[in-house]
Amino acid sequence: MSTVTEEAQAGGPAGGPDDLVELAERVAGWARTGEEVEVYVARGTETEVRAYEGEVESLTSATSAGIGIRVVVDHRLGFAWAGSLDESVLGETLAEARDNAAFATADEHVRLAVPDGVPAVPVDLWDDRLADVPTSRKIELALALEAQTRAADSRIRQVDSADYGDVAAESALVSTTGIRSSSRKTSGYLSVSVIAGDGDASQTGGGFSVGRGFDGLDPDRATDDAVTRAVRLLGATKGPSGRSTVVFDRRMATALLSVVSSALSGEAVAKGRSFFAGRVGELVGHPGLTLVDDPTDPRAYAASAYDAEGLACRRNALIEAGVLQGFLYDTVSGSRAGVPSTGSAVRGGYSGTPSPGCRALTLAPGPEGYDQDGVLAAVGEGLFVQSMTGMHSGVNPISGDFSVGAEGLMIRDGRLAEPVREITVASTLQRMLLSLVAVGGDVEWLPGIAAGQTLAIGDMQISGT
Amino acid sequence: MIDSPVLERVLTEALRNGGDFAEVFAEDRSSSSALLDDGRVEELASGRERGAGIRVVSGETTGFAHTADLSEAGLLRAAEAASAVARGGGGGSRTVGLTGPTGGGRGTEAVHTAGTKADALDLLQRADEAARASGDGISQVQAGFGTSTRRVLIANSDGLLAGDEQARTRFSVSCVALGDTGMQTGYETAARTLGFELFDEVSVEELARRASSQALAKLSARPAPSGELPVVLAGGSGGILFHEACGHGLEADHIVKDASVYAGKVGQRVASPLVTLVDDGTVGSEWGTFGVDDEGRPAQRNVLIEDGVLTDYLWDYLRARKEGRVSSGNGRRQSYRDLPMVRMTNTFLLPGDADADEIVAQTPRGVYVAKLGGGQVNTTTGDFVFGTTMAYLIEDGVITEPLRDANLIGNGPEVLKRIDAVATDFSMTPGTCGKDGQSVPVGCGQATMRLTGVTIGGTAE
Repeated sequence: MSTVTEEAQAGGPAGGPDDLVELAERVAGWARTGEEVEVYVARGTETEVRAYEGEVESLTSATSAGIGIRVVVDHRLGFAWAGSLDESVLGETLAEARDNAAFATADEHVRLAVPDGVPAVPVDLWDDRLADVPTSRKIELALALEAQTRAADSRIRQVDSADYGDVAAESALVSTTGIRSSSRKTSGYLSVSVIAGDGDASQTGGGFSVGRGFDGLDPDRATDDAVTRAVRLLGATKGPSGRSTVVFDRRMATALLSVVSSALSGEAVAKGRSFFAGRVGELVGHPGLTLVDDPTDPRAYAASAYDAEGLACRRNALIEAGVLQGFLYDTVSGSRAGVPSTGSAVRGGYSGTPSPGCRALTLAPGPEGYDQDGVLAAVGEGLFVQSMTGMHSGVNPISGDFSVGAEGLMIRDGRLAEPVREITVASTLQRMLLSLVAVGGDVEWLPGIAAGQTLAIGDMQISGT
Repeated sequence: MIDSPVLERVLTEALRNGGDFAEVFAEDRSSSSALLDDGRVEELASGRERGAGIRVVSGETTGFAHTADLSEAGLLRAAEAASAVARGGGGGSRTVGLTGPTGGGRGTEAVHTAGTKADALDLLQRADEAARASGDGISQVQAGFGTSTRRVLIANSDGLLAGDEQARTRFSVSCVALGDTGMQTGYETAARTLGFELFDEVSVEELARRASSQALAKLSARPAPSGELPVVLAGGSGGILFHEACGHGLEADHIVKDASVYAGKVGQRVASPLVTLVDDGTVGSEWGTFGVDDEGRPAQRNVLIEDGVLTDYLWDYLRARKEGRVSSGNGRRQSYRDLPMVRMTNTFLLPGDADADEIVAQTPRGVYVAKLGGGQVNTTTGDFVFGTTMAYLIEDGVITEPLRDANLIGNGPEVLKRIDAVATDFSMTPGTCGKDGQSVPVGCGQATMRLTGVTIGGTAE
């Protein structure tokens, strides 16, 4: 049981965030006449174990809690937050948000969400068993991951870090405009990073496994991924310059979709910061490209029943057969565009305010069984990219300019061939969407806001020797 | 924040199960920010956060717990959680007494002024007007102001007791220009370890005009070239080249795990003789400046590369202890919720004696980088990228057409050897450095300099 609806809470499991809902209700109840107040409260516990050379390098255990309050008075918004739920900070935080509101520009579109009647789809994101796992088992798992990774291949020179981590997070959102929602979520991960060596050459690789708790984490998967990625790059040289089709592996595809997502924000569109602005109904991608954001899919890493303003998350079609369908909105950006919220508000915890964003982007997959090998075979010749750097410095979702550092392997005769490094891959996001060559059927929900699936994009400029 | 007798009892509790070292790091941070976007003051935000992180080191293992509860009971609970790693370990319990000097800090409290919310809004509006007045092509302006005060208190089982107060203020302007070729962006930021007096030194109008002129200039930009070309980096264009090309690789946590191309190279030539690289947390009010680091060690000046020869790495407490030496004052953390790591402060190349204009004039064909964005490095291989946000072609020794944004890619040890000219026009720029999930403010600096060849990741063939 996880993100629970109001009705479900009555019979919900013990230990749910009922007390957080009560706390949020109490603070929202301090609103003055003429004020809209929204109270978001959150708390969490986390454990992290890092293993190194057969010992625990660090063990972190922590709890945290905080509150974020938005006040709207006369269409002016103020915000304040505190990293504590102590009684003494609650009133102070509300007063500070109220004071901040007085300084903002009045804007008819500024308002809090009101319930829109869309029922929330319950998604199960809570694993009760996590709380019962003793720290000693978490330590054992991190140590085992480190040991097996070190032994996996004679070319593994170093395991820089082998981590186990878990988080249990609960939150509640209550407003004077009728919003009342709560959610709770557990997650666990294993991650390992290695250095492979052969003579003087060294290469790195990382692998991970994620889940909703302790059970189901797969250390073999993390080890294999890290080792394979590092070892197959050994002997890499600077690749050749030229125009090429580029195959992005599933992890890189997740990163690409995440970048595209910022241009699909209704706020970016309204403010003239998206290359998609004014193009609804037009062909913006290859006819084989269909893109959907569906946070109600429980397999999605960032799945959620409610958005960050307490409205039900829902499926939103963004691009269908290459034609732009629309954008993602929260309440304010929707009002600005003259449309209702699409239930797409996201926020960075209690210290952030909501804005529209994706949670679970996925491309309509290619045929079942059309995996990485299938895409490589279809492409024949090109470049396979397994890691990218400089996504923050060389990709501009406003202009669409795209230029990243890359590592990977050449594709020859439909197979992976020699490794290459120290090259860049460049195009524009606009051109990349139109130049889609293949979408794998190998959907995998990776950490982040988008699914992983092998992608091939044509006509990219490679810069190397 | 916390009385010494309480700290002594908490440290004693932290070592109750044994352990070699215990530390309390307490932090009280308040921040406020304001954002003007699309012509409106959209959001004023205030935040307050306080808490303590407690670590216990037992052999090779560190136990860490943090709490937002600064009462003695809250701290004792965190100490008990952190001490779990020492259970069954050696060391034996002992009583901690704090005898070290207090207040290693800079006493910034007395110096810094806090502007009012109305003052901040006035600055935002002035920046917005200046940017929009730059040209009809400017279609959108966002201006942001942020200020924070961070008080830290560090006590450890060696008897150290230190504190610092750090005021930091930043102002940024980001512009979009719209033309026939689509949209382009410009971004400028000013950030110092200061309070509101930052604005005695920085003109927000000038900042806005620089951001808008970048966006406007790029409307007529041509695609950046691909392949290897000479690159001239303007003075203060980022300095991020050194941050990525070698700064991270000189952090001792990478060195002790043999995860850096610079491991084992002290005393060896690793760069052109024109390169003297310094990391210095004491420089004026630069963005990476502080009084004491987050382990209570005073900031200091560290020479990393001298005339091309590697002289030392950067150290925090834990890695220095392993090597039987002292920390270089580079133990930093994002907040009380994080363990400290080896981090840079202000990292810069000392100026040379060439003339900046002459360097360009003596470059027949290449790329002139007026401003850099971010970068990223793999310390193990040394491969790094850094992005341009304002660059031009150099043709026949003259700066000509603007270029669209692109990443440049290189290998640290190779690129450092390709520096063949360094000018006198030194300046610093602020940045945010991310490592292992933690962000800290840093400064980067350099004078105009030339690289004989770097791979440019443009779309032109």
